[in-house]
Amino acid sequence: MCTLFEGGENLNKFNLFDNELIPKHEILGEDELKSVLKRYKIEREQFPKIKINDPVIQQIGASVGDVVKITRKSQTAKEALYYRLVIE
Amino acid sequence: MDTIPSIPKRISAIQFGLISPREVRKMSVTNIIAADTYDDDGYPIDMGLMDLRLGVIDPGLKCKTCGSRAGECPGHFGHIELVAPVVHVGFNKTIRKTLRSICRNCSALLLEPSQKKDFLAQLSKLHEMGHLPDPVINEVFKEARKTKVCPHCGTEQLEIKFEKPTEYVEDGHKLTPTEIRDRFENISDDDVKVLGMDPSSARPEWMILTVLPVPPVTVRPSITLESGQRSEDDLTHKLVDIIRINQRFQENRDAGAPQLIIEDLWELLQYHVTTFFDNEVSGVPPARHRSGRPLKTLTQRLKGKEGRFRGSLSGKRVNFSARTVVSPDPNLSINEVGVPEAIAIQMTIPERVIDRNTELLKMYILRGSDVHPGANYVIRPDGRRIKITENNKEELAEKVEKGWIVERQLMDGDTVLFNRQPSLHKMSIMAHQVKVLPNKTFRLNPAVCPPYNADFDGDEMNMHVLQTEESRAEASILMQVQENILSPRFGGPIIGGIHDHISGMFLLTRNENCITKNEALELLRKAEIRELPEPAGYKDNGDPYWNGKQIFSQILPEGLNVEFPAEVCFKCETCKKEDCEYNAYVVIRNGEMVKGTIDEKAIGAFKGIIVDKIVKKYGTEAGAKFIDDFTRLAVRGIMKTGLSFGTGDEDISETAKKNIKQVLDDAEIGVQELIRTYEAKELEPLPGRTLDETIEMKIMQTLGKARDETGRIVGNQLGLENSAVIMAKSGARGSMLNLTQMAACVGQQSVRGERIRRGYAGRTLPHFDKGDLGADARGFVKSSYKSGLSPTEYFFHAIGGREGLVDTAVRTSQSGYLQRRLVNALQDLEVQYDGTVRETRGVIVQFRYGEDGIDSTKSDYSKPDNIHKIVEAVTGRKVN
Repeated sequence: MCTLFEGGENLNKFNLFDNELIPKHEILGEDELKSVLKRYKIEREQFPKIKINDPVIQQIGASVGDVVKITRKSQTAKEALYYRLVIE
Repeated sequence: MDTIPSIPKRISAIQFGLISPREVRKMSVTNIIAADTYDDDGYPIDMGLMDLRLGVIDPGLKCKTCGSRAGECPGHFGHIELVAPVVHVGFNKTIRKTLRSICRNCSALLLEPSQKKDFLAQLSKLHEMGHLPDPVINEVFKEARKTKVCPHCGTEQLEIKFEKPTEYVEDGHKLTPTEIRDRFENISDDDVKVLGMDPSSARPEWMILTVLPVPPVTVRPSITLESGQRSEDDLTHKLVDIIRINQRFQENRDAGAPQLIIEDLWELLQYHVTTFFDNEVSGVPPARHRSGRPLKTLTQRLKGKEGRFRGSLSGKRVNFSARTVVSPDPNLSINEVGVPEAIAIQMTIPERVIDRNTELLKMYILRGSDVHPGANYVIRPDGRRIKITENNKEELAEKVEKGWIVERQLMDGDTVLFNRQPSLHKMSIMAHQVKVLPNKTFRLNPAVCPPYNADFDGDEMNMHVLQTEESRAEASILMQVQENILSPRFGGPIIGGIHDHISGMFLLTRNENCITKNEALELLRKAEIRELPEPAGYKDNGDPYWNGKQIFSQILPEGLNVEFPAEVCFKCETCKKEDCEYNAYVVIRNGEMVKGTIDEKAIGAFKGIIVDKIVKKYGTEAGAKFIDDFTRLAVRGIMKTGLSFGTGDEDISETAKKNIKQVLDDAEIGVQELIRTYEAKELEPLPGRTLDETIEMKIMQTLGKARDETGRIVGNQLGLENSAVIMAKSGARGSMLNLTQMAACVGQQSVRGERIRRGYAGRTLPHFDKGDLGADARGFVKSSYKSGLSPTEYFFHAIGGREGLVDTAVRTSQSGYLQRRLVNALQDLEVQYDGTVRETRGVIVQFRYGEDGIDSTKSDYSKPDNIHKIVEAVTGRKVN
């Protein structure tokens, strides 16, 4: 489906998320996004950004304008939520 | 013009360009032709460098351009018409690149039309995206230089060499600035764009000067010396030179002087204009003052640490501040700072006159500015500042009423900021309460040394006097010392006992010592203690006595419960806790110290568990009071017995000396044996190591063990009656290793973690055989500092010591730069009330501060300590 490197090596053959250092990324649904925007009283543009050509974004197939929710492991908080806006 | 709109204006863009000769003439108020400044009467010469139209600096004169007086007139530019064009040094790089990219005949850019179009398209795209055009323009220069024949007129291109400082040589022929200018003039606007310039604001020929702007006199003020003689600014001197040469050039050319002389004069003019801009160009001898000092011209004014940018714009001198040496005073509170009276008299705080303070402020005015709590100035309601003098103080005190402001002198209790550089963390600037004291140093409680990283070997600190009520309120709520006892870096106390505080408390609480009533009262006299507890016992003559733990308990807040192993803890395999036979387990129950010894773990800065608990449980005020109390108690406690150290304290018995010698001799033999096996190739290499590495490691190990062993012998010799041991074990200062080095054996000296091997070929010093791997040949110091080092040992010790010094120097400069970069990157981030971290546009950086939103100073090291305590209190069961 998506190939990152020229030469056609298919990335689908290995999953980025198999690596324990890569936290869970998921595309935020419209409802959840609304509640997040409301919770932080922000516009979309005020999210931290992530580029569309980031391997993780390509893997989950998010498109420009989507917001991804990242669930990171944290030493002190066990789980930390983070949101990033996909940009060009 | 008196109604200046208060709407803040937004800067949408800043454009940099070259200044054109036309613009220079347009902004100029006069042509400068006279190389002189003042006439014999001391009046500025017309059309001279101090022309009154350029602005005024002498009081009393009026500017001929704008009519304002000195101080109000901003100054106006003049100009000098240069007889022949000269190169501007600052643009040499661009001139060179441009010369090489254009045709020597038709001045067209040396690119095919299609190529040119390509580059133009790329540039406009980059501009649109807001990217820097630099990479594309460099590409243009690179491509154009490759072209050997002009694609437009067919002229063959010649190599242009740049010769420092300002000469361009084309195929052996020197290009004059006139020639260069002619070529640049003919470049079409389109080509200029491809070269990365905007032809409307920067034409290439403007890089060759034909007219020189003369900065206003306000930029180069002359100073009148005491003798009445005028001393001109360096820039003025330089301008005089330029005008002189310019005139000579003109005269010579008009007189039809030979080409050689003209060329020499041209070069001279070029030299003066060059040094006017930059007096440190490589290849140009700097222009010097008569005294031999190099002149400070334009570039020198801007450049470097004391230049306009770093020295005057980013860093400014500040009013209402004072700086002097600091010294300790344990009787001050940690919230206080001792201010010398001489400083207090100078510094003022503006206080508005209201009904309630009129009498008081009048009294200050009457005392004048020489007697301490006095006043230095009054400000009338119309804004006029009047200095209070011996003569007018009665009159002023009479006149003062509501609406006036009195600038009274600094007094006890005023809030000031106190700072020690380098200001690396927020605790480097804290708010203190003033305490005016005699003598000339700032005094501070030694317990606040750790956050400032101050000592008293000559350190100086700064004080800033706050001028408004708002700033004082903010400072005392956020910056007061007691609010900063806990450091956000590790959530523990950064303010606490040091040195003598720790030794003092250690001596006081260690043993079941007998303290009589008088002694007890003397120890506690500075603490607000009204009653002594039940005596620990009675002496034979019926007098009551107390012990140190009871005395210490008096300054603990009521209801405090803590238990922890002390610094002196031996870390036994199974801790006996309360029943510790070394008295090393501290138990405080209900504000009463039951067991243990107070040392660094209890009250020390960075470690003090008791300080930590008190601040977290009882608040900052109780914490500050506790620190104040224990510093005073400790100082009195240490004075009860005294604590001193001399060479005699390093003495050890003859048998111990013999034992040490034995240990070292055995190690020496061990090393020799290792070397023998190594040379006989019997040594087995350790896994992953070469044979050479193995022998080094084994020798280091043997010698290290030997040094530790001597340390143990010393430790057995010197017990807790030795003051150095007291200090080391309690954590007050020094370590047992220091003591070992003083009394027994200094040990292996190293460079980069290896034994010393550098020096001569195959050996460290000529005293040894080549290839000698023995202990003494590679920097092992057998002697102790007390016994003295042998010459070779001394030399090795110096090598090892030097490495330490170099390391510290390198580390501080590196971490300083890292700190600067971090601060610049993070300075605008802010934790918002909703717990997010955002930058100025409101873009979120962290959705929860530090992922967990925890303020480390409010947390018990991220453990639910309080819940455990509640569970324990309710169920009586210990949870962990």
